[in-house]
Order: sequence, then structure tokens, then C-alpha cells
Amino acid sequence: MHHSSKVYLYRRVLNAKLFIEQNYAANINLNEISGEAFFSKFHFLRIFTSAYGKTPHQYLTAVRIAQAKLLLQTTMPVAEVCFAVGFDSISTFTTLFKRLTGQTPALYQQTQAERQRQLKATPLKFIPNCFAQKNGWVNNRNFQ
Amino acid sequence: MITKLNHVSVFVLDQDSAYDFYVNKLGFNVHTDAAMGPGMRWLTVCPPEQPDLEISLMAINAGMMFNEESAAQMRALVSAGTFGFGVFECKDLQASYEELKAKGVEFTKEPTREFYGYEALFKDDSGNWFSLGEAKTS
Repeated sequence: MHHSSKVYLYRRVLNAKLFIEQNYAANINLNEISGEAFFSKFHFLRIFTSAYGKTPHQYLTAVRIAQAKLLLQTTMPVAEVCFAVGFDSISTFTTLFKRLTGQTPALYQQTQAERQRQLKATPLKFIPNCFAQKNGWVNNRNFQ
Repeated sequence: MITKLNHVSVFVLDQDSAYDFYVNKLGFNVHTDAAMGPGMRWLTVCPPEQPDLEISLMAINAGMMFNEESAAQMRALVSAGTFGFGVFECKDLQASYEELKAKGVEFTKEPTREFYGYEALFKDDSGNWFSLGEAKTS
């Protein structure tokens, strides 16, 4: 393929990826995504999957789950997180979340809350001693 | 027997700016972000598919690690692009190059086929440079 046409195709696929990243919370579908790329769905799917290692649908799911993980690090209720990241069914959200992370959203939220609590109470547990020592943090009892 | 590398340090001029660069531009995940007292912070990020390699974004501040003079020297060296910290890998270099460039990442070498592989070079927001290569399929 000629270099300039290859760059053109990559930029179109990139636009589709950025479209997913900006609109994941909305009810978007694959037709809208490939429409953003302005070329045939088959060709679009092939290049997108080759470039990013995921189909557009898989990538949309991955972006939604990644955003859900961030929101679950706050106190936002699981149901609100589900709808905030673009899922319209809590059971679909829970199933996909568990498949991709190994934990249910509720358990992930509890685990993260506990980790944040420990991070504040005893941050030195999370820092290799050599780095803590170099920065002079090891002698501070508040961090242990 | 050493089995793996799990922490590596990159010295940065400003941790807030580095956070924005590594998380919002490169797409890395925050592993640990802990306040360690006034003006001190332990901040590590991981490449998306390598959650067990923490890249520690270390602020260059005068204190235990650097005195005033060495901190100033280190900041000057980092700003001047003295340090190359490593080689990142992606599935498709042209696609990653277009994406990172669109997000404002500064490349010092466009994707180029070399005898050792297909690579580009980019700088982080502090001046540290990295090679970005395409994963070999065979």
C-alpha cells in the first residue's frame, strides 16, 4: 500500500478509536463507529483489530470497564457506575466486569477502598525499602 | 537467581505533569499514588499490558536524594534530553505513532525501518526519551 494512503487509513481508524474513547458512555454501536471511519465495515474491522489488538466492540467494552474501575475507586454505587460508563444492564455489566477483572464490581470496590485505606495509613508497605530509604521516609512512624 | 524486574525509576521535572503525560497521553495505568508528606509523593504507573512493572515517576527535588546543586544539575540534564530510559513496545507502530502524535507527544524520530527493527523515538514531558518499537510477530 502506498505510504500516504496507509497513513490516511490509520488516521481514519484512529478517529474511530478516539470516537470510542470520547463517546463510550453513550449508546454507540459498531455501525456508528465504522461510519466515523468512512470506509467499509470489513476493511475497518481488519485494520482496527490489527492496530489495537481488539475488535472495536472489544475495545469499547475494555474502555467502559477501565472507566468503571476508576469510578469504583470512589464511593459511587455500582448501579450508577454501570449506567455512567454506558451499560444499560447491571447483569451485563457485572458479567463483563468479572470476566475481564476476575472480581465482581462490588468486590472490586471493597478491595480498592481497603487498599486506599492502607495506602493512607501505611504507605511504606507499598514502596520498596530502597526507594523509601533514599527519600528519607523510613524513619517516619506515620508511614509505617 | 534474579527472575524479573518489577520497579524502574524515571526522573521527572514535575509529577503532576508527568501523571498527565504517562496516564492521559501514553495510556498507562496508575499503580500507586501515595502522599508522603509535604511536597513528596510516591507515584508509579504501569504499561496497560504489564501491570507488574511499576515505573516510578521520581520528582527531582532537593532533599535526601539530591542536594540543591545536584538537583539543579539533574534537572538540567533531564531537560536537555540526556537520558534514554528504555524501549516500549506496541502492536502497530504506525497506528501508535499517529495516536500519540495526535495527543501531543513529541517524536524525535518518525517510524523508521532499521536493520534491528521498526522504531520511533519520543520524549516525555520532562525530556526523557524512549524508543517505541513494534512487537515482532515471528
